[in-house]
Amino acid sequence: MNFRHAKTVLLGASALACLASLLADRMNPYWLYIFYDIGIGIVMAVSLNLINGYTGQFSLGHAGFMAVGAYTAAVITNQFGELNFLAANGVFAVALLAGGLTAAVAGLLVGIPTLRLRGDYLAIVTLGFGEIIRVVLQNMDQVGAARGLSVSHGWTNLFWTFGLAAVTVYVVTSLVNSTYGRGFIAVHDDEVAAEAMGINTTKYKVTAFVVGAFFAGIAGGLYAHSKQFLTPGGFGFMLSITFVVMVILGGMGNTLGVILAAILLTLLPEGLRMLSGVNHLPGLTVERPLAWIGDTRMIIYSLLLILLMLTRPQGLFSFRRKRN
Amino acid sequence: MSESFHAHLLEFLQQLINGLAFGSILALIALGYTMVYGILRFINFAHGDVFMLGAFAGFYLAPKIAVVFPLPSIAGALVVMISAMAICAALGVFIERFAYRPLRRRPKLTVLITAIGVSLFLEYAGQFFFGAAPKKFPEILPVLPVTQIGGLSLNSNQIIVLAVTLLLLLALRFIVLKTKIGTAMRAVSYNPEAAALMGVNTDVVISFTFALGSALAAAAGILWAINYPSIDPLMGILPGLKAFVAAVLGGIGNLPGAALGGIIIGVTETFVSGYISSTYRDAIAFAVLILILLVKPSGLLGKKEIEKV
Repeated sequence: MNFRHAKTVLLGASALACLASLLADRMNPYWLYIFYDIGIGIVMAVSLNLINGYTGQFSLGHAGFMAVGAYTAAVITNQFGELNFLAANGVFAVALLAGGLTAAVAGLLVGIPTLRLRGDYLAIVTLGFGEIIRVVLQNMDQVGAARGLSVSHGWTNLFWTFGLAAVTVYVVTSLVNSTYGRGFIAVHDDEVAAEAMGINTTKYKVTAFVVGAFFAGIAGGLYAHSKQFLTPGGFGFMLSITFVVMVILGGMGNTLGVILAAILLTLLPEGLRMLSGVNHLPGLTVERPLAWIGDTRMIIYSLLLILLMLTRPQGLFSFRRKRN
Repeated sequence: MSESFHAHLLEFLQQLINGLAFGSILALIALGYTMVYGILRFINFAHGDVFMLGAFAGFYLAPKIAVVFPLPSIAGALVVMISAMAICAALGVFIERFAYRPLRRRPKLTVLITAIGVSLFLEYAGQFFFGAAPKKFPEILPVLPVTQIGGLSLNSNQIIVLAVTLLLLLALRFIVLKTKIGTAMRAVSYNPEAAALMGVNTDVVISFTFALGSALAAAAGILWAINYPSIDPLMGILPGLKAFVAAVLGGIGNLPGAALGGIIIGVTETFVSGYISSTYRDAIAFAVLILILLVKPSGLLGKKEIEKV
């Protein structure tokens, strides 16, 4: 995605999201929630791509940042009762921003150990941070501890989800394609050489973590106001893995591919669910030739994942030869 | 005064024994992570699920074995454990052959994601075939009356966990240091290309490493099930993560480091949940890891790798 077109794409996507949200009333709610999941998946995967793809760090704790954002935003909006349209959206915007900022602070905390650690060691420390966030939430009585926290308002809609997905894509692509942003790629390609050329690698790594965490926090806010119920267990290590898989399937450092992978991987389990005949579309009775998929759909999902990695390890949507 | 001191000392020793038993199970799993990492430089995420399959192999084999060796008995338990180890060793070799070997020349991340795929597959397939509900592991060991030594209550199962772990560690040490295949393992881990040029069949060595690691994980699974008799298809996730943390803590790729890391995590976790707060116990392993890596980025016994440009 070229920087020159990014602004047009951003405007177009926001307009489209705005338009789509007007039609949302007529849509099947089941599909609507899948669309929210897709938008949230895009925000998560594209922001993780900045850390794992462009900067070449390896974070396994992205769901932790999402949890921080989700809980922060939910605690803020839970203070309010019923609000009119404008006030509700204003409060929602502030809550999302606050969620993003809190997550960014968490990102800064995780970013600091990255100054010393590399590769697998970094991966396991970020995983550890994610797990620690989960356990801390599980012990915080103010947010319901392990019982979970219900969120009063279902303010997430297509406009916010896809508008913010467009903003995330815009910020990440223009950041990476800017003169400043070449530094991320330099850190990815060869950290020692980058440092020798006078690039402050530390600053770039921490920036990647903070920006990535900020958007993960925003995605968390969207998630909270779409599902309207949060449990610490929902933000475990498996959720982080889901986003890592999106980034790798999309082709590391390939924003368009990562977006496609986010869409595909959100739809895949749902598609398998539908094929198996669990009918979510009223009025649409289909034959159920694949009813056996039902219980085995997650087995099929994991087998497809292994198969994809065996056959297209460079990413599903990567057609260029990767620089080495 | 001395009475209460005595009581505190007893409680301390009791926690220490609990921690050592838990830690030695983690150590057995951690060894598998560290051996594979030492040779292939990648994290075998499916290892925790091999541990789970070890426990399930024991669960399904025990009634069959009971026909020949009446259970609970020490001989019967031994047969159950060895059969589970053999099954998991074969499984480990199978996984490596079909999921990891085709990707050996690919970037490590690709293999890592494949390993995650294998892990998910084993968990979901486990839920499908074994059922998601927890199962009660049969009593395969005669439960000896709890021994009292100076007021200290020793559970016979804990002693067996410690003894079996110690034996397995010694056996592993013997294999790695004194046998031909062990020498080959060390050679491949030191430099795979040079080892291959010297006539070491790296494929065989890698298969053997997976067999060894998976057998240890299966042993850990049986020991775990003897101590905590409720088993389910997702039981491998958390012990697997903690064991991996233990391997990193000790310096990944380093065998004594993995054992040491397992013991440290097990003992710390038991002490924290006994004395401070039991609800934070799952975060302890990671907190310890982060603190130690901040001071010593290559782990406790790991060698600092000098970066050559």
